[in-house]
Amino acid sequence: MNTTKPEAPMLETRDLSRAFGHGDHMVRAVDRVSFSMQTGEIVAVVGESGSGKSTLARLLLRLLDPTGGQILLHGQDVTTLHHRGELKTYWQKVQGAFQDSFAAFNQFYTVRRSLEKALNVLDVSLSKSDRTQRIETSLREVGLDPADILDKWPHQLSGGQLQRVMIARALVVGPELLIADEPTSMLDASLRVTVLNLLLDLRKSHNMSILFITHDLGQANYLSDRILVMYRGELVEQGPVEQVLADPQHEYTQRLLADVPRLRGKSGVPA
Amino acid sequence: MIVKNVKAYYVSGSGPDVKAVDNVSLSILEGEIFGIVGESGCGKSTLASVMSLTAGRTLKVKDGEIILNGQSLPLTDRSRVPKEWHGTMVALLPQRAMNSLNPTARVRDLVIDVMHAHHPEIRPADAVERARERLEQLGLPVRVLESYPHQLSGGMRQRVIAVISTLLNPHVLIADEPTSALDVSSQRQLIVLLQQLLEHQFISRIVYITHDLPMLSNFADRIAVMYAGKIAEIGPTVEIVGRPKHPYTQALIGSTLDLDPRLRGSQVKGIPGAPPDLRYPPGGCRFHPRCPHVMNICSIEEPPAIGTEERFAACWWVKDQVDKLSVEGAAS
Amino acid sequence: MTAIPQEQTGGQMFMAGLKRTRNTMSLLNPRFMFGLVLLGFLLFFGIFGPFIFNKTDPMKFVGMLYDPPSATAWLGTDNFGRDVFTQLMFGIRTSLMIGIIAGTVATLIGVLIGTVAGYTGGMVEEVLMALTNIVITIPSIVILILLSIAFKTRSLLVMGIIIGVTTWPWTARAVRAQTSSLRTREHVDVARLSGTPTLGLIFWEIIPYMLSYIVMAFVLQLNSGILQEAALSMLGLGIDKGISLGIMLQWALLWESVRTGAWWAFIPPTLLLTLIAFSLLLLQSSIDEIFNPRLRRS
Repeated sequence: MNTTKPEAPMLETRDLSRAFGHGDHMVRAVDRVSFSMQTGEIVAVVGESGSGKSTLARLLLRLLDPTGGQILLHGQDVTTLHHRGELKTYWQKVQGAFQDSFAAFNQFYTVRRSLEKALNVLDVSLSKSDRTQRIETSLREVGLDPADILDKWPHQLSGGQLQRVMIARALVVGPELLIADEPTSMLDASLRVTVLNLLLDLRKSHNMSILFITHDLGQANYLSDRILVMYRGELVEQGPVEQVLADPQHEYTQRLLADVPRLRGKSGVPA
Repeated sequence: MIVKNVKAYYVSGSGPDVKAVDNVSLSILEGEIFGIVGESGCGKSTLASVMSLTAGRTLKVKDGEIILNGQSLPLTDRSRVPKEWHGTMVALLPQRAMNSLNPTARVRDLVIDVMHAHHPEIRPADAVERARERLEQLGLPVRVLESYPHQLSGGMRQRVIAVISTLLNPHVLIADEPTSALDVSSQRQLIVLLQQLLEHQFISRIVYITHDLPMLSNFADRIAVMYAGKIAEIGPTVEIVGRPKHPYTQALIGSTLDLDPRLRGSQVKGIPGAPPDLRYPPGGCRFHPRCPHVMNICSIEEPPAIGTEERFAACWWVKDQVDKLSVEGAAS
Repeated sequence: MTAIPQEQTGGQMFMAGLKRTRNTMSLLNPRFMFGLVLLGFLLFFGIFGPFIFNKTDPMKFVGMLYDPPSATAWLGTDNFGRDVFTQLMFGIRTSLMIGIIAGTVATLIGVLIGTVAGYTGGMVEEVLMALTNIVITIPSIVILILLSIAFKTRSLLVMGIIIGVTTWPWTARAVRAQTSSLRTREHVDVARLSGTPTLGLIFWEIIPYMLSYIVMAFVLQLNSGILQEAALSMLGLGIDKGISLGIMLQWALLWESVRTGAWWAFIPPTLLLTLIAFSLLLLQSSIDEIFNPRLRRS
């Protein structure tokens, strides 16, 4: 169990910033972003390409160092962690899933090898059978049959299957927070829903927090409790999903909402 | 425009052919935007390349014919496609056209090249003048003619290409996922532009191919739903979206997520399984392994098209429903 | 052997790589096949030739100065009356050995410097690339001559290493460029999230993705190694024991074979050098075509 200070949110950023380049060519990819999220919450970060949402994901995963501001996990500043050993303890609690599942797996490894590598982030070295058991449990949780999939190579799996394996990869270490960077944008609509449902199930069963990064307001609407809207590196609006979508305050959010195509002529809502 | 019995297979050196488009027939009316929707690998882009006469060498068109503006063109032999069909009869607006522009040429140079290819006698100044006129009519800034591609946004580049590729007033514009790399605002602007092209009668009809049903439902007159190389269902947009008949269309609409607040907290169902490998398509109806209403006959015999040419669904279950209704109707 | 869960070994990884290669090879590229057959033939000639023809001593005197081709000396004799045909077989061996050593040394140094520079970036990259560019700008033949003179004995191994340490910069530059683009791939990020150390990332996540590229660079280095050896030997800076194609040319030049019309002393070694280079370049360009689908067809 964690020694959580009751007042500290699970994750918090304070003026988190990342700039690339210098002088006139400086681009503020993430500009003074402050937000917080609680355990078990699903928060969607919405923005167009170039809005800085993927840079935010890389900052929160500590794959990229911020040029300003702080990230706090349970009230503790993690931007000061640099050594691989320190970061490993962070990555035990915060894991990621990415957009392009074909690119996210080493094509020279089988699923088994990729998932075993993921366990390296744990401090304890598990026995062979413990490792296998963890991996198989995670695969079952994402709805895959371990026997069917463990010895496959990435190119033998479909995009939907790989996306599930990627989520299983994060699950094997039992993280508190999953940062999912457009995990469904390369999937077809019918598969997309099944991956989103999987994320909803994980929140229910593990009380896992999910930061869901997307350009698709429809998915944010279906999945998340709260929405953060990013525009040119800045967080321009945040709030509960029903409030942001029904009554957008920022001009950019209003424009975005007006341009999102809605399915016309649909009768009723699916059960 | 009529497209008849198109069969297009990808031939691989070893192993069976990929039956990407299998016996597809369509008729597209003058003045309409005809949408083709389907998920990745359903053959919609292959169909686009066949219809726009731009199929690559690995694609073998086994059968098929286009009838356009009273002229008939067999599709099986690409060497017999007359040169003037490209650009004046059929034009293509491809997915990432905006990234395929020569970075060292200004837009005006592109205009001159395109016009010159079809009218060798045209003077460069006249070609540019024609493009300028066209841009003005469509409410686009004429200064883009003097710009290099990198000076224009992705959305503007795609709109400029749409204008240039229709300079010769083709009878049909095939748009193959032209907005999938654009943000929603640029998407909408491109679609408005395509509608203008139709209104001004610069083009006679548009075939719009996409995976995005909500977007398509906002501007298409009729929609064909493709699955695994075949047409599953066809009909006017309101019919397809409001009263879908084919189980695949129903599932596709069911799994659509838009901004409807009622979706929140509801359990939307996806479609179980994955689309088939088109080297080994399943027998009978190609959707039967994933279909919630599957019956015995579905895996044995190909489903008939139930309905009219303008409004049908190719499905045994739909036939069953219709038969039951007519029996009940006769009994009462 | 029953149901023991198997560790994924490097061997299996290699097999998977091979499987991929075999699939792409089924497109069979006639250029690749021609290069392979030609090189195989030259290798066979060098390795088994001496036993097949029972000519196992390249230094044996079989005739007088520049005897023309005859039944005993099929390609005539050199300036010392030694059999040119026998010397060719042993010359190929030496040239290829030196080429392989030089290629291996150059590839190892180049890959090491290139990956470290490309992956770490920043100051380390600047320094390593500055060093690389300095080595490139100094004409390599000058370093080669100085190094060759500095060494008292010049064995095959020493020659190979000398050549290798002057030619690695090209590999380093190419590998650095590849590495900097590969390190931004998502699978590298994913491996970092698993706590993989930097060297592990380079070795397991980056190098496998450019193996074909490294093989190509190696073949090029092998080729240039053979040619550099010939150039050094013609200047009299070749290996001090044994025979190589370059040394044959050196003697032929010194002893006026061109002016005396003893074509058999200089044409065969030149022809063999050309054939080796030709076959290696064929292989190299078709490896590119096999692995790079954009070049494959139109």
